[in-house]
Amino acid sequence: MDPTIAALLAQDGITNGAIYALLALALVLVFTVTRIVWIPAGEFVAWGTLTLAGLQTGAVPGTLKVLVGMAVIAGLMEAWGCVRRGQAQRVPGRLALWIGGPALVAALVWWLAPMQLPFIVQVLLTLATITALGPLLYRVAYQPLAEASVLVLLIVSVALHFTLLGLGLLFFGAEGSRTPAFSSASLSIAGVNISVQSLLVVASSLALIGALALFFGRTLYGKALRATAVNRAGARLVGISPDFAGALTFTLAALLCGFSGVLIGPITTIYYDSGFLVGLKGFVGAIIGGLSSYPIAAAGALLVGLIESFSSFWASAFKEVIVFTLIIPVLLWRSLTTTHHEEDE
Amino acid sequence: MKAHWPRAAFAAFVAALAVVPLFAPEFWVTLGNYIGLYSIVALGLVLLTGVAGQTSFGQAAFVGLGAYTTAYLTTKFGTSPWFALAIGMAITGAVALFLGFITLRMKGHYLPLATIAWGISLFYVFGNLEMLGGHTGMSGIPALSLFGFELKSEHRYYYLIWGIALACLWATDNLLDSRPGRAIRSLKGGLQMAEAFGVDAARLKIVVFVYAALLACISGWLYAHLQRFVNPTPFFITQGIEYLFMAVVGGAGSVWGAVLGATIITLLKQVLQDWLPALFGRSGNFELIVFGILMILLLQFARDGLWPWIERLLPKRQPPPVPPAAPLPARDRTPLDGALLDVQKARKQFGGLVAVNDLSFQIRPGEILGLIGPNGAGKSTTFSLISGAAELTSGDIRFCGEPIGGAPPYEIARRGIGRTFQHVKLIPQMTVLDNVALGAYLRGSTGILRAALALDGAEEARTKAEAARAIARVGLGSHTFDAAGSLPLGKQRIVEIARALAADPVLLLLDEPAAGLRYLEKQELAALLRTLKAEGMTVLLVEHDMDFVMGLTDRLVVMDFGEKLAEGRPAEIQNNDAVREAYLGGVV
Repeated sequence: MDPTIAALLAQDGITNGAIYALLALALVLVFTVTRIVWIPAGEFVAWGTLTLAGLQTGAVPGTLKVLVGMAVIAGLMEAWGCVRRGQAQRVPGRLALWIGGPALVAALVWWLAPMQLPFIVQVLLTLATITALGPLLYRVAYQPLAEASVLVLLIVSVALHFTLLGLGLLFFGAEGSRTPAFSSASLSIAGVNISVQSLLVVASSLALIGALALFFGRTLYGKALRATAVNRAGARLVGISPDFAGALTFTLAALLCGFSGVLIGPITTIYYDSGFLVGLKGFVGAIIGGLSSYPIAAAGALLVGLIESFSSFWASAFKEVIVFTLIIPVLLWRSLTTTHHEEDE
Repeated sequence: MKAHWPRAAFAAFVAALAVVPLFAPEFWVTLGNYIGLYSIVALGLVLLTGVAGQTSFGQAAFVGLGAYTTAYLTTKFGTSPWFALAIGMAITGAVALFLGFITLRMKGHYLPLATIAWGISLFYVFGNLEMLGGHTGMSGIPALSLFGFELKSEHRYYYLIWGIALACLWATDNLLDSRPGRAIRSLKGGLQMAEAFGVDAARLKIVVFVYAALLACISGWLYAHLQRFVNPTPFFITQGIEYLFMAVVGGAGSVWGAVLGATIITLLKQVLQDWLPALFGRSGNFELIVFGILMILLLQFARDGLWPWIERLLPKRQPPPVPPAAPLPARDRTPLDGALLDVQKARKQFGGLVAVNDLSFQIRPGEILGLIGPNGAGKSTTFSLISGAAELTSGDIRFCGEPIGGAPPYEIARRGIGRTFQHVKLIPQMTVLDNVALGAYLRGSTGILRAALALDGAEEARTKAEAARAIARVGLGSHTFDAAGSLPLGKQRIVEIARALAADPVLLLLDEPAAGLRYLEKQELAALLRTLKAEGMTVLLVEHDMDFVMGLTDRLVVMDFGEKLAEGRPAEIQNNDAVREAYLGGVV
């Protein structure tokens, strides 16, 4: 391997790693606040790419059907909850929030999709669609089980992965899609060609990570989420609704995943079932961070990207084997350094 | 847990299984074969997920190991399939042991995540290794022969599959109703409780994981010789997830849930694969959508799966009274001179906080000693130091003259100190009898293999009889076969005492036994403790309730701010100015 190839592989690895890092952050965020191991994150990534690819052709993306369908279910669940608690007067408000909000997003996308507006508008529409799915998913699938064990929540996650996978096939078909790059230009820095797209990916990942840090450090909602992550019961006592924290968490996580989907589209062809492996690579990063540390998870994800890139050069057939086997030494190390016996919940 | 349904129902099930291939069309026999294969895998998950509270999404990979090992050995080297089965099980066991070792010491979610990663890795290994035929797979696997019969037809193979499946069901059912089975079932109640009765939880979790993996391996071996061809597809993580669904749908708490779940998922998949593509107007794995949604609904509304519903329809058999049997070996009870328990300058520091500050006291044989004090005095920490749940910072604790400071909880239990918990720790679904029998865990020696093969009859009968005696001793005989969780709190606390008694202790440690009890329940508890004392038992009582301890104990040790404030007879303590100061904030 000569330095040019090494530089190229490193660039690839860092670009992919930056995308995995976004995912890893979303996964750590979801786990710390809600104790959910969010396996279907990958489907959100794939849907991000495929929705954007659909908008490129001027088609109304199938994601909208899921959005509206879940909004109706969530609205009915909310309304039923109000009625059961004897608060029937709150029903219209709930319906407006849970059905009206997503319906507004859906209507906007449905109206604008055929116009083939500029690329950046299409990206925004994609992000709006995917982000709106996040809290709906939490409301419909997870919230009724919010107090269940990590294990039950994990099985729900895997069941959701199945459902979303099947829906993806139904709405997007079996063909893969790519989305255009933000820029096809490249720069030459110190004799190494660096594509502007890679720089954009890394820069926007860094920007998002920075924005998250600001959100958690400076805003009241961010602090509320942190409080919930540390102690759910305690957060509840000081007036932070766990339902609200869950919905907010999933909104942020869905946004991160949707954005990852937009970033990964120009790099790899994405099929309806590509999300699973992409999401799991984010998980490998998150596990390196013990599902609790943001910086270590991001660094772990970067490592995953690099290892994947270099192993695709040396042993391309065993790329996935190498990436997923990486988890074994990580777990071994964590297991040997975990001295105390942790009491299961 | 153990299905108490009549032998007639079981015989009818086996008879139905046996006659199906005689008249059913080929298609049904094929389905029956697959249901049998899947049941074996789901059975392992029932034990792992439903009983031990762990889970794995990677069972399909273990199935694959079994299938590929025999495919490779029989086609490349022409070895006997039975030899290949042994090798396959050895490899599977080693892999599961390793995965279990690195994940099961940590929190519950690392094992499933590791099994996902492992399942994906192995799939790509199968698909990319030339010697295993890559993605096209390997063909030409020989048919099995049994006693000179070649099992080439699906009909004949059906009997082999179901023979093995029933044997696995039988062994697993035996295992659940045995000494190691009770220990496995106790894992869900928290490690602290299990370990206090001598269960090596970490080791047992790994054993269960290996057991489940071996069942999967057997299923894979059967699959390879049924299909006579293997490729990587059926061993992907998707199938691994389906196995878990089978266990959860059927009911992960019962061995029959595995068969029910495998049947439902297999038939449902058949139906959906016919219907859904027609409904959506194109082909694809649309049954995944329905599976996923069904699963979420099931978890939201019926987390125990469908088997409990069927079990309710079956006629109930009244369990016969526990037959008498010789007692288990009892402890040597030579009276000893001096203190039974001697706490010398025991100290516990959490960082800068001194929770127990050089505390010294003694318990004499045959007395009831009360350890009291205001909130935060360090009573519970002292209790933890004696029971081994917390480690001494410095000082010494001696039991029967031998040091026990720093010994693990099971070692302390083994030496004859029985305990109860401040927050009742029983396994709610288990009967009172089984809960109490867990207390006698250290007095038996049956291992997994002996239990699975039902070779533990004599010891099991003695254990059950011992447990029944302990239950009768505390006066709960009429509740012997009730689920422990169905009793009121007061009775549950008494069950905890019976469980401690089943270990044949010399000293009983009771952690706030009167907390949350009603007046009458407290009186019954006091009467029970007096009876035990009359029988020669020594008791240490950590308690809040003044009336309760004053009337019951021989002596009291009063703690405040981690130190001993006073020691003496109840009447002396009541008139002690320092104690009144601590409790009432000065002389009123």
